[in-house]
Amino acid sequence: MAGFDWDVIQRSMPYLFREGMKFTLTLTVLAMAGGIVFGTILAMMRLSKFKPVAIVAGGYVNLMRSIPLVLVIFWFFFLVPYIGAWILREERPIQVGAFYSALITFTMFEAAYYCEIMRAGIQSIPRGQVWSGYALGLNYWQTMGHIVLPQAFRNMLPVLLTQTIILFQDTSLVYVISATDFLGAAAKVANRDYRLVEMYSFVAVVYFIISFSLSLLVKRLQARIAIR
Amino acid sequence: MGYHWNWKVLFAPEPGGTGTFLHYLVVGLEWSLACALCAWVIALVVGAIVGTLRTTTNRWVVAIGNVYVEIFRNVPLLVQMFLWFFVVPELLPTGLGDTIKQMPPPWAAFVPAVLCLGIFTSVRVAEQVRAGIGSLPRGQRMAAIAMGLTQFQAYRFVILPQAFRIILPPLTSEFMNIIKNSSVALTIGLMELTARARAMQEFSFQVFEAFAAATVLYIVTNLVVVLLMRWIEGRVRVPGLIAIGAGGGH
Repeated sequence: MAGFDWDVIQRSMPYLFREGMKFTLTLTVLAMAGGIVFGTILAMMRLSKFKPVAIVAGGYVNLMRSIPLVLVIFWFFFLVPYIGAWILREERPIQVGAFYSALITFTMFEAAYYCEIMRAGIQSIPRGQVWSGYALGLNYWQTMGHIVLPQAFRNMLPVLLTQTIILFQDTSLVYVISATDFLGAAAKVANRDYRLVEMYSFVAVVYFIISFSLSLLVKRLQARIAIR
Repeated sequence: MGYHWNWKVLFAPEPGGTGTFLHYLVVGLEWSLACALCAWVIALVVGAIVGTLRTTTNRWVVAIGNVYVEIFRNVPLLVQMFLWFFVVPELLPTGLGDTIKQMPPPWAAFVPAVLCLGIFTSVRVAEQVRAGIGSLPRGQRMAAIAMGLTQFQAYRFVILPQAFRIILPPLTSEFMNIIKNSSVALTIGLMELTARARAMQEFSFQVFEAFAAATVLYIVTNLVVVLLMRWIEGRVRVPGLIAIGAGGGH
């Protein structure tokens, strides 16, 4: 490894983290928040007694889970400008930047996975909890909001966070729409200076350190929740 | 919305002159499946070995297995793809590295993609194998040893045959993941289904027809895999463990 050029990493560090990692982390956090909210709604829909609602939500989740994320990223990248034009009643497709396109994609895509986690969480709550809610005179939304969802969310927190680590890694795929996330920024430097070995090795190490530390945290959290 | 639908484009000839766009996409699906199947062989073999080693009593072997799993689980698939394609040939001896880089297309992209997907998925298979072995009653192993089998024979004839049949449902979903993940190989230039849908969009300007056709092909593939695996699961179900085999519990 005599020819390994440490300097290129040091030189590009500010760009990699201030531009690239900022994009990656912002996208991860916002898509996680949006994905969990939308995923919880989907889970409630899938468990609904009203069949058409359950079928629509189930179809959406199964569709998202059966096609590759790369294809979903392409779909939304081209679809969002048309949907935007339709909502805003514009004649021509509107301009949406790579960030908002990616944010919508990851929110919609990860929601399908968060949905399945929340569905398992809701189903793990004993039925008696729901009945006592109704017996106290609460309606469906109050029972869900005050009794079922807080417990389901708490039980599923480690799994939701593990899914978020996967989301964090998956955001690197925005490379295919040329967004400047952490990997995208590194790829730009790598190609400009012809330092592919250095940049991609460095990217791998950084992703490893972050994902591995987060997974250790999740493990500790899991142990704490398990004790009660 | 100002988009002109034209489904007939699927039957128009593609610029490469190999046939219709539909045929062009189907060939892409064949590449996706070829890539996924080759990678699946690596994933199963390596995953079974690593997963089994992690259940042995040798602390060092278990530790090495854990390190292997953590490394390949905590680096994004796309980054691993770049490592196999750009970095590994540079780290090998010059002659070998150059031979790899000069392989004629599509092999220059296909081989790294298969290795990458195979190793990436082997980690998930290893986790399943370990869980499957862990779910067996301890008495199985004890009985095998008591009957005079060696450790290797106990795994080969008693533990692994049962474990593999129990973990068939999660392995099915890993197999579907490997088909979907093969789309990441488009970043290193493999012309699989998603890459061809993207190329078709650039040739014909019919974005949504191209992506819709690719989506349908992926869904049909999924359905075929699910039906096939359900049939296999039925054939190899462990007698007396019907409840687990039927996928009810979890």
